[in-house]
Amino acid sequence: MKCDLCNKKATVHLTEIVDDQMSEMHLCEECAREKSVQMEQQFGLSDLLAGLTDFGKQTKTADKVDLKCPTCGITYDDFRKFGRLGCGDCYTAFRTHLSTLLKKIHGSNHHFGKTPKRMPKAAKKKVENLQDLKGKLLEAIQEEDFEKAAVLRDKIREIEANKDNET
Amino acid sequence: MRLDEFIENTGEWLKGTGESANIVMSSRIRLARNLAGTPFPNKASKKELNQILTTVHNAIEQIGYFKNSSLFKISELDNVDKQFLIERHLISHDHATNPDGKAVLISREEVLSLMINEEDHLRIQVMQSGLNLDQTWEIINNIDDALSEFLNFSYSMHWGYLTACPTNTGTAMRGSVMLHLPALVMTKQINKVMAAISKLNFASRGFYGEGTQASGNIYQISNQLSLGHSEQDVLQNIKGLIRQVIEQEEQARQALMLQNKPMLEDKIFRSVGLLRNARIISSQETVDLLSMVRLGTDLGILKNITRKTVNELFITIQPAHLQKIGGKKLNAAERDARRAALIRKKLGGS
Repeated sequence: MKCDLCNKKATVHLTEIVDDQMSEMHLCEECAREKSVQMEQQFGLSDLLAGLTDFGKQTKTADKVDLKCPTCGITYDDFRKFGRLGCGDCYTAFRTHLSTLLKKIHGSNHHFGKTPKRMPKAAKKKVENLQDLKGKLLEAIQEEDFEKAAVLRDKIREIEANKDNET
Repeated sequence: MRLDEFIENTGEWLKGTGESANIVMSSRIRLARNLAGTPFPNKASKKELNQILTTVHNAIEQIGYFKNSSLFKISELDNVDKQFLIERHLISHDHATNPDGKAVLISREEVLSLMINEEDHLRIQVMQSGLNLDQTWEIINNIDDALSEFLNFSYSMHWGYLTACPTNTGTAMRGSVMLHLPALVMTKQINKVMAAISKLNFASRGFYGEGTQASGNIYQISNQLSLGHSEQDVLQNIKGLIRQVIEQEEQARQALMLQNKPMLEDKIFRSVGLLRNARIISSQETVDLLSMVRLGTDLGILKNITRKTVNELFITIQPAHLQKIGGKKLNAAERDARRAALIRKKLGGS
């Protein structure tokens, strides 16, 4: 088998499974060493992140994402390079990509926890209600009460479908 | 309060009390917050950064909790001052560079530090002695609530608090606990423990911050995930994990005492001997020896040295502290001599 980067004989094989999707990387000793030195040198979260967003690029054909945040002007590629978003609106502009990325990083893409004090009361109530339902759903699953769980799941979906329009 | 006045004391979190204080040095929680409708610091212009600083400063002045706190603009501090704040765990390395619009608010006892315009507009940090995440959370939660009465935070119903780096999105909370684990190091179990911790999605790093090696057998363990779990759940998880690490360390300490007491005592007494008599000493050597002295104190082998004294020395033997105490710039050789003198004074040496 040949190295993915330089065509020499590959002796190092990396396999990663994310959400049942398996991706493989085959490297020769030299490229693997270079890669690990790179990783050690830049072991900051932003780099780790850039790595995460780029993962799969080696195996699939590189797909350039042509997205730009209308508020602060950074592109999705800028974000990939530096690992930092430019403003709160980037989350809306890069919504689909970020949703996948957040799931990769955190294993979830739904917030559970605090809401700011200064938030419209109706919105606050909605978030709290949603979190409450999610808690109940977990409980139902743990208790193996799947009928109840299905009802709760549908309720959550309904609220979230409305929520998506509001960020 | 002037910055120089901080030198007369050390942070309250070093006092060496609280749950499992023989192993846990301190608990810390930080929250990241951004102002809605304003670019994150990395994208904000100088004017915008200053505007953010003014907005946050105005909010701070209206909140009673901050009455005994002091605000320092990073642009008004010299290099030694900035290093001094880093050494005290009050600002990050990043906060000391590119000073435009950056500031830090510090409470008198150093329980609170609030960095303005670091990676996010606000980085709120609360520290307490021992394993005390509950109270730490209570304090920081109240501070956050108070701030959010005056500031409009960037928040999405879907993703929670929005941050410059998506690794913080959600609760934007990082809880961390600083542990002294000499017995796990001596019994060569530490790598196993740290590997298990990283598998559970927790990060570990050294006492002196991000990217540092663990020196003095001190490790900081913190959560990595911030989305999908409430603050309380994350903190409960950290506590559960830390209690297990504590138990491992306790067992390793007991094993050392049972099987190898003479060797252990020899190591501890030699360390005190060196620290009480050295005339020139590097920080690395100091930190390694201090770790043994702390262990000796915690095991009751050393009677006349308090845990607080040792904890404080971990901070005050650093370069900027020596220069602040000395009141002038010192080169490396001068610092090594000053360091030795300070330690002799604190540990009752000759």
